[in-house]
Amino acid sequence: MTVPVVDMRGISVEFPGVKALQEVDFRLFPGEVHALMGENGAGKSTLIKALTGVHPLAAGEIRYAGEPVAFTAPAQAQAAGISTVYQEVNLCANLTVAENILLGREPRKFGRIDGRRMRARAAELLARIGLHIDPGSVLESHPIAVQQLVAIARAVAVDARVLVLDEPTSSLDADEVAELFRIIRVLRDEGVAVLFVTHFLEQVYEISDRITVLRNGRLVAEHPTAALSRIDLVSAMLGREMGLLEEIERRSGTPGQAFLVAEGVGRKGSVAPFDLEIRSGEVVGLAGLLGSGRTEVARLLFGADKADSGRILVNGKPLRLTGPRAAIEAGVAFSSEDRKAEGIVADLSVRDNLILAMQAARGWARPVPRKLADELVAKYIELLDIRPADPDRAVGNLSGGNQQKVLLARWLVTQPKLLILDEPTRGIDVGAKAQIQKVVADLAAEGMAVLFISAELEEVVRVSDRVVVMRDRQKVAELDGDVGVDDVMALIAGGGDHGVDHGVEKAVAS
Amino acid sequence: MVAPEVGAVPAKSPGSASRSARSRGRVNVPKRFLPVIATFVVFVATFGVGSVRYEGFASGQVMANLFIDNAFLIVLAVGMTFVILTGGIDLSVGSVVALSTMIAAAALQAGWPAWLVVITVLATGSGLGLAMGWVIHRFGVQPFIVTLAGMFLARGLCFVISVESVSIKDPTFRDLATGSIELPGGVTITYGVVIALVAVLAAVYVLHLTRFGRTVYAVGGSETSARLMGLATTRVKIGVYVISGFCSALGGLLFSLYMLSGYSLHAVGMELDAIAAVVVGGSLLSGGVGFVIGSVVGVLVLGTIQTLISFEGTLSSWWTKIVIGALLLAFIALQRIIVRRT
Repeated sequence: MTVPVVDMRGISVEFPGVKALQEVDFRLFPGEVHALMGENGAGKSTLIKALTGVHPLAAGEIRYAGEPVAFTAPAQAQAAGISTVYQEVNLCANLTVAENILLGREPRKFGRIDGRRMRARAAELLARIGLHIDPGSVLESHPIAVQQLVAIARAVAVDARVLVLDEPTSSLDADEVAELFRIIRVLRDEGVAVLFVTHFLEQVYEISDRITVLRNGRLVAEHPTAALSRIDLVSAMLGREMGLLEEIERRSGTPGQAFLVAEGVGRKGSVAPFDLEIRSGEVVGLAGLLGSGRTEVARLLFGADKADSGRILVNGKPLRLTGPRAAIEAGVAFSSEDRKAEGIVADLSVRDNLILAMQAARGWARPVPRKLADELVAKYIELLDIRPADPDRAVGNLSGGNQQKVLLARWLVTQPKLLILDEPTRGIDVGAKAQIQKVVADLAAEGMAVLFISAELEEVVRVSDRVVVMRDRQKVAELDGDVGVDDVMALIAGGGDHGVDHGVEKAVAS
Repeated sequence: MVAPEVGAVPAKSPGSASRSARSRGRVNVPKRFLPVIATFVVFVATFGVGSVRYEGFASGQVMANLFIDNAFLIVLAVGMTFVILTGGIDLSVGSVVALSTMIAAAALQAGWPAWLVVITVLATGSGLGLAMGWVIHRFGVQPFIVTLAGMFLARGLCFVISVESVSIKDPTFRDLATGSIELPGGVTITYGVVIALVAVLAAVYVLHLTRFGRTVYAVGGSETSARLMGLATTRVKIGVYVISGFCSALGGLLFSLYMLSGYSLHAVGMELDAIAAVVVGGSLLSGGVGFVIGSVVGVLVLGTIQTLISFEGTLSSWWTKIVIGALLLAFIALQRIIVRRT
């Protein structure tokens, strides 16, 4: 192979009291897609930030294009040709596409910005990644996926030799991921080295040439992708027995009575009228692509959106669903997919977050006694394995998986009869994912009704007793018992069209 | 302008599909211009109402008077637009206007030459703006609080100079104040109008054709993103308060020409007029969206309402405030509707 464009040797990074990285070696070659894998907290982000100059090194050496370098700010790394695209789109949605690509380096004529040349240059850069949109259009008029691609256009506008993609796919659907991968392949074939971080194993196997696995701040392995099986990859990441994942195979529970029945419930422009029955003690999975109406169904059942047709029965009695409060009183809990915006309160402690929903149920005049609060908090921290097990830690400082557990615990405290979980495992690591799946299964076994929404089919199929499939804002099927991922996938794709995996065509490797 | 041609990425979600369909049906007006156009329509409508109801309302001179009587407010609104575009607010402008009139009047009374007075006033205003911008940036204090403090400080300084009204007798100032420029059609305007219009043109140039200006919009859109993109956010965040301070001082000079006196109680609450004009002009208080031209039309709308009420004769001038209040509400509601539709 050729000379690595990035060669990191013996990298250690320390924060007060924490060794975030210990003697990690990492190599990145031109023209390869290199997946960096690891659980949350394994040190992926820290390694990226060490490379781009955000974190200073405690030990080790970075060589870039053969020369030793020590960046002290991301701007320096970028100027040298190392561009980073983050999980959240870090662009200004109020400006045009062209401005977003070229902000800070606009072509100028006599000190003023040359709008025409700017748009022409932007169009060139967009064409390079095969994205045909009007550079003069405002960024926010495009879907998130396109915005993400614009961010990549900006990243490569500086003739990047290294492109770092930190979880770029977490909010994209299958088609959009395919488009992103097409662009990654184009750049790779041009000789750009791509460092790719994701939690989706399928994507790793589809796009990457090599895999580096980190665990607890140490290098575990570096392998060509073809030489590392999935099971080996996962056990390298987890470093523990895979038993947990197997354990939650569907238990033969006996669902009780129908807890919630929706009859012809729908909302114009949101989701077509659907029937749905959720029984106590069963997990109903809701599968579909992003935008298929998954979340909308949940919001209707929770009263977050008002249905304009149909009715909802709880325990056989019609429920007047005037809003979330009415739903909560009826015993329905809803854990939102957007945990940052709609779920946790990042500045409050784990304890305060846990008590929030309970306090709301008790009313303001009856404070939750400290002793009860402490007991509950201790119980759920243990039950859900929230780490660090410190009730006074601000939730914002926890990892994504642990934030999700806090959110889950918060609803469990109110002892709901129906728990709606919208993407409870998105963006969290495999270990936490397995724990949450297990908790869901246990809750159902104890008699709780669960509506489980996830973009990951394998997960839905594994956890659920029944799977409801959504497509184009309609309920298209309801599958009982043992269904396979392939069956559900075919339904989601619909009409014999291979909508789900048509982006898998292999590009010619350079 | 253009329906997003999502050629490469098939827009699968129904939401985005219907959105592009909607913008395809529209006649070439980008959404971001809508609030400004709405303001302009309101302006034409109010002016039209006046023309129909009162004889002599629809004359060139009434229009010119709108600019003459509001030249200082236009300049203030220009400065305020910069600040609001970054998502900030400047409550000190009214007090800085008063301070400027005081400094001008007192210095002229003490026999300073007019050019030195002008420079001193402009430097004071810009300096105050710089100080407030620095505090906002350095200590991460909310602009509301810092400029509120600046407001009290400037107002207090007025009283330090004099508690009485000081009249301006300087011949240069008097000539500037009374001098007029004749336009075709027998319409006359003052030098103040010319200065205000120059300020508007300069602001449009800076906001749309310089990196500083584009960074103002970027900071208003998303400050974190702007910083990650390596833009000079610090310079811009402080810079807009300097610009606003400078505009307040310039507005203060125009106001002292208009009143020919310096007084501590001049321009009480004028910061709110300026903010109202900017908001009516279609800028979002959250930043990132808005145009200087919109703010100018906003000032003209406020001015027209005032003129209407003076033509009516029997109505108290408080009706102006009531109408402006109602208009503000209506505009904020309109903006929410536009924002929600997207």
